[in-house]
Amino acid sequence: MAALFYIFGALAILAALSVVLQRTPVYSALSLIVVLCSLAVVYLLLGAEFLAVIQVIVYAGAIMVLFVLVIMLLNAHREEPTDRSRVARILGAPLLAVFLGEVLYAVWQHFPPEQTPAAPAVNAGPRAIGELLFRNYVLPFEVTSILILVAVLGAVVLAKKQL
Amino acid sequence: MVPLAHILALSVILFGLGVAGFIVRRNIITIFMCIELMLNAVNLAFIGFSRYLGNLDGQVFVFFVIVVAAAEAAVGLAIIIAVQRNRESLSIDDLDSMKL
Repeated sequence: MAALFYIFGALAILAALSVVLQRTPVYSALSLIVVLCSLAVVYLLLGAEFLAVIQVIVYAGAIMVLFVLVIMLLNAHREEPTDRSRVARILGAPLLAVFLGEVLYAVWQHFPPEQTPAAPAVNAGPRAIGELLFRNYVLPFEVTSILILVAVLGAVVLAKKQL
Repeated sequence: MVPLAHILALSVILFGLGVAGFIVRRNIITIFMCIELMLNAVNLAFIGFSRYLGNLDGQVFVFFVIVVAAAEAAVGLAIIIAVQRNRESLSIDDLDSMKL
């Protein structure tokens, strides 16, 4: 179990690196699908079966299809390197490393690996999630449906011929 | 069982990579994908905490984040298509008319 977490965690990090470093958007999109699928496996290992399935169907399926479709539609080719910011080129990687180190240090301070006990596993099937969603979180759920409606209308308006 | 710190470390690294890509990349679609990467990193932290605290509220939050990400992708990609139609370019170096 634990070994699988590290294998798929490493895979997710490598694929995320590839998302960031690829210059061609299609390669980035395909790498992002690898990240999403390996995160789905990690969710499964953490006992979130329902969300693992949702992750594959909605994220790796629907959302990424949308991305790939737009990349193909707009014929997004290799991006040209920019020469605008020399400061960013020199300071970028060290600043990122400092940021990551700082946050990781804070995480280790607050949740030392040996002294953070896990609660007993809870059942996270669709039934349990659904009961919580439709009982405690009914209002946010309804607000989300309005959000989806607005998003659909907005997408249609934006995609009209004359803007 | 994987320690919570390792789950959060994976989440932090993915988030950091997303931030880096957001700043480094010049293609507007790739920038958008880096935002999705950051959202996923946060989802992972939510699920890790949900597992370690033994309650499901975190997973419901992830559910909402996924819904919002879907709506955001639909609207954002429509905006990208409109930008491409008006500016004939996907590079954010060409989209600096609101810069000082």
